[in-house]
Amino acid sequence: MILVYVNSSNGLSKAALETVTYAKKLGNEVVVLTNGKASSESLICLGEYGATKVLVDRMVDGEDPQQLTRLISAVVQNIGAKTVIFSHDLIGKAVAPRLSVRLQAGLIAGAISIPDADGAVKVNVFSGKAIGNVKVSSAIKIISLLPNSIQPEKTGANCPVEETNGLAGAAAIKVISTKKPEGEILLPEAELVVSAGRGLKGPENWGMIENLAKSLGAATACSRPVADIGWRPHHEHVGQTGVAIRPNLYIAIGISGAIQHLAGVNGSKVIVVVNTDAEAPFFKAADYGVVGDAFDVIPKLTAAINKFKESQN
Amino acid sequence: MKILVCISKAPDTTSKIAFTEQNTKFDENGIQYIINPYDEWYALVRALEIKEAGNADVTIITVGSAADESIMRKALAIGADNAIRIDADPKDAYFTAVQIANYAKTNAFDLILTGKETINYNGSQVAGMIAEILDFPLISQASKLDIIGTSLSLEREIIGGLQVVEVAMPAVVSCAKGMAEQRIPNMRGIMAARTKPLTVLPPVTADELTSFVSYSVPNSKSAVKLIDPLNMDELVELLHNEAKVI
Repeated sequence: MILVYVNSSNGLSKAALETVTYAKKLGNEVVVLTNGKASSESLICLGEYGATKVLVDRMVDGEDPQQLTRLISAVVQNIGAKTVIFSHDLIGKAVAPRLSVRLQAGLIAGAISIPDADGAVKVNVFSGKAIGNVKVSSAIKIISLLPNSIQPEKTGANCPVEETNGLAGAAAIKVISTKKPEGEILLPEAELVVSAGRGLKGPENWGMIENLAKSLGAATACSRPVADIGWRPHHEHVGQTGVAIRPNLYIAIGISGAIQHLAGVNGSKVIVVVNTDAEAPFFKAADYGVVGDAFDVIPKLTAAINKFKESQN
Repeated sequence: MKILVCISKAPDTTSKIAFTEQNTKFDENGIQYIINPYDEWYALVRALEIKEAGNADVTIITVGSAADESIMRKALAIGADNAIRIDADPKDAYFTAVQIANYAKTNAFDLILTGKETINYNGSQVAGMIAEILDFPLISQASKLDIIGTSLSLEREIIGGLQVVEVAMPAVVSCAKGMAEQRIPNMRGIMAARTKPLTVLPPVTADELTSFVSYSVPNSKSAVKLIDPLNMDELVELLHNEAKVI
């Protein structure tokens, strides 16, 4: 029996569908647990990705890690789950380690593969510079799946949704306010990412980066120096000490490609580099390169993409 | 108040990563170890700012061998008051968390700070595990931390946004960018660090729940395909038909 914990407070994210798809690859009995106010109608579709049923605890609203740990732990024991799956996102990172202690269950954090014949799971280590194979020695195992490591797959039909009560107790953390920008594509789970660095010369020049991202439906990112000097917000910083991402397409504009930056992006399937300096180290890690001035190249690329999108319609 | 800052060693960010013994062991040859940046820049420096603003005692702790004392001396040079080394190989996150929680339990800390993750194992596990063992709340990925009486006011990242929260101490906080600025130790700090107490304690027994059986390094890319900057239609065509990503 496999239990998947899914956050449904903002609808079902792609990362949530990935975790259910992943669980289905590990076994046939997949129970999904969620909490909060999401309607049952919005959850039945998890069956299409492999869930046999969805349990929802309506008493627990929010993401207090201690409440969620108690809730998930109770459900693991009720249904006799031997594997628990999370997304390796901010909730998974806060809850999975607590659950690991509570259940004395080994945690594979940031998995990028299903277990091999020996039960070893691949994880990113050294901030993406290497891959480790991790094994769990306990009877119950917990895996948190790095977003965009597998694609959601529909294999079944809608499944039943049942209410549960995990006796989660009170929340210790009091939420004073929450700020969520609307409509932005979240960087960690973005499939397409457009990123720029100091080569852009100033924050006022980011309009063309945003236009390119918009034409592709991509998230925007930046290099560390750009976040440090305040041209862009810190949450856009990708690299060894920022966010590690693994999109299908990473377009790096005016970024030289220092080893620390590459560590955060070398899980990308395809890398395009635009730089005026043909000797920039990033070209060695790129699939496609354009040696040229971003101020000329990017508007042309945006126009080419818009033309392509129109031809597709 | 008493603050415990958990620090871990990590290879310098410019390190080339390689493995030995049939890819089962990290190759330490030529590796310069530093304090894991999140632990140093954010957790330790914020603890020192709290100390400077009032009355706090800052202890650093690491689980590791005598070789790790150089990074511990650096943390003392930056301004920590005393240092604890649990003399054991930090075999996995759970083993490490048990050691730190065990020390914290007997020394009544009000606040335990860690970095949001290490840059070598990237698991974000130890802080949550310490919190669960001690039954403390964990505020993870905090980018702002203020003390208000016996409580904490924090800003933390949530999925796609930012949240302001409050929690009563004792608590564990994992620290992310924004919380403080990196500090370079000065000569006075370096001299003072030599005489600050560094206590070595034996580990307690704890099971390992996970183990790394082997490692690999991602395949290097084949040569880059250069596109004429005047021909962006070609790039789009390649991304669509060859790379199949758009």
